[in-house]
Amino acid sequence: MTIVSDRAFSVSRLPGFATIAVTVLVMLYLPIVLLVLFAFNAGPSPAIWEGFSLHWFPRAWANEQVKEATIRSLVIATSAAIISTSVAVLAALGTTRRRKSPGQTFVYLMINQPLMVPEIVTAVALLILFGFIKVATGYQGLGYLILAHSAFCIPFAYLPIRARLEGMDITLEIAAADLYATPWQAFRHVTLPMLMPAVAAGFMLAFITSLDDVIISLFVKSAGQDTLPTYMLGQIRRNMTVEVNAISTLLIGLTVILLTAFFLLTRERNRPQK
Amino acid sequence: MSSAIAIETRRALKEYGTGSHAVRALDGVCVRIDKGEFFTLLGPSGCGKTTLLRLIAGFETPTSGQILLHGKNITTVPPNLRPVNTVFQSYALFPHLTVADNIAFSLRMLGRSRSDVLQTVERMLSLVRLESFASRKPQQLSGGQQQRVALARALAPEPKVLLLDEPLSALDLKLRKEMQRELKRLQTETGITFIFVTHDQEEALTMSDRIAVMRSGKILQVGAPREIYNHPVDRFVADFIGETNFLSGRVEGDKIRLSSGELVAAETEGHSGSVTLAVRPEQVGICPAGTSDSLTAEIVDTVYFGTDTHCHLSLADETELVARLQSPPSGNIGLSRGEKVGIKFNPGAVQVLNE
Ligand SMILES: Nc1ncnc2c1ncn2[C@@H]1O[C@H](COP(=O)(O)OP(=O)(O)O)[C@@H](O)[C@H]1O
Ligand SMILES: [Mg+2]
Repeated sequence: MTIVSDRAFSVSRLPGFATIAVTVLVMLYLPIVLLVLFAFNAGPSPAIWEGFSLHWFPRAWANEQVKEATIRSLVIATSAAIISTSVAVLAALGTTRRRKSPGQTFVYLMINQPLMVPEIVTAVALLILFGFIKVATGYQGLGYLILAHSAFCIPFAYLPIRARLEGMDITLEIAAADLYATPWQAFRHVTLPMLMPAVAAGFMLAFITSLDDVIISLFVKSAGQDTLPTYMLGQIRRNMTVEVNAISTLLIGLTVILLTAFFLLTRERNRPQK
Repeated sequence: MSSAIAIETRRALKEYGTGSHAVRALDGVCVRIDKGEFFTLLGPSGCGKTTLLRLIAGFETPTSGQILLHGKNITTVPPNLRPVNTVFQSYALFPHLTVADNIAFSLRMLGRSRSDVLQTVERMLSLVRLESFASRKPQQLSGGQQQRVALARALAPEPKVLLLDEPLSALDLKLRKEMQRELKRLQTETGITFIFVTHDQEEALTMSDRIAVMRSGKILQVGAPREIYNHPVDRFVADFIGETNFLSGRVEGDKIRLSSGELVAAETEGHSGSVTLAVRPEQVGICPAGTSDSLTAEIVDTVYFGTDTHCHLSLADETELVARLQSPPSGNIGLSRGEKVGIKFNPGAVQVLNE
């Protein structure tokens, strides 16, 4: 990865590189650009431009269904992010701060299972499981969605936290114990503060992942429990309106902010710590 | 009843790993370290110095054997309940805390009162002369300053024993000399027992009250620096501490017959058969050839070192020997290559080591 090898071989010098790069960028971002652009359309169509206007944003918010779905989505995403990040911290401590054992790869696979099993399989499995519980307990609330989201968000919270723990000098924790900290105090006053950027990063990744989920939400939700994505899906099936563009634009804005924060937080990790 | 012993290890044995992969890092170490002593563990890399410190600090438990602190068995007591603190080789300062908070850490963990913490931190800062750095983060300090924070942090709770694992090895020569004096001053001022680890024999000789020389998980010799330097128990110790000439010979009454055939006076009591003689280069004197009781040698080379001149000699059977002579004002000791001379060893300077 040195400058010398860059000079000797560079992908960007290959013929056609520029064309391919531009095509990929256009394919990735043109739809998003159009979507955002038409959120500011004065007319009712997401395809025919009739001039600039902001009126779709207040109109979307005035829609009771949108408001409810938004609040529901935020409640689920926040709860799921809190639960999955807490579990991820414990799992990361368990897999990095204990003696290496043969079972560790298995544990690692178990934690990251949601990344590998097709989402639709998880969705059906949860549907069946929750079906049993619903019959047995009669409980119909948001708990199922929160639990399901928490489960598939764990690996997203786990990976940055584990990476940070692995890069952390274990001598610091030994030093804390040497200076009379109990194991809990050592975690509370040394490990956790140094882990905080990764915890925040993991929290945000989990939050975005939950906010964005469609498949599992569709399978698990009870009647009248639309999240923002499932509501939008329902809307599009009926007739496309600019309202969906407006909501999406806000979601994109939120995602960009959170991802920027994630990037800044994880970049901190690579700074030399002496 | 208060005894004078701070730390005692009884047949401390430590193995890493199990079965056929087991590495024996410590092999039944027995040592007693007095209260208020500056005690040094000296030995080559991998001889078990760090392992012994980790057992005393409580980061590891011995595979067998016991560790006693002020007469109390602490073998299985966890580190946070031992009044023993460590200065780590890498300093291990908390990067998210200021210098003052680093020093206050142990006091807060012990639940000391706010005013007590403030006072102690101030006292520690002045002890290591870092008063004006209290609110800096460790990353904003030089290596020597970080070292002093690590010392202050470990001394703040007034441990019964302070463990220092090669604390000076990361510093450059000039700073190292300065910190050696600083450490010595801190130890005298606080009266705390210091257990200091180094692989640098000169550092050990200049700083310690007593030295334990280690090799392959065992302590070979414990003694005051002079004692270890002048009366090493075996060839390894003699070789590891300072420069030494080794000559082989056989005991003949109260004399030793060298392999060159000549006789040398030595303290032979308790020795017999084949032995090795150890003589420090500064104990070798040069006299005119044929002087009575001198060995015959030939000058191989002379090397000028400023205050000293090293004179490489060869005995009749080609055994090589170095004499360290004080350079005369002219700088020229007046000996030239190939010249025949006599050599004499200072009385009492010849150590007899069993093979
Ligand atoms: N955690 C460990 N696992 C396995 N072997 C170890 C471990 N720590 C030390 N050792 C081995 O124990 C021996 C003594 O090591 P150490 O106490 O660190 O020596 P020193 O500090 O004198 O250099 C060495 O052979 C080393 O390889
Ligand atoms: Mg070591």
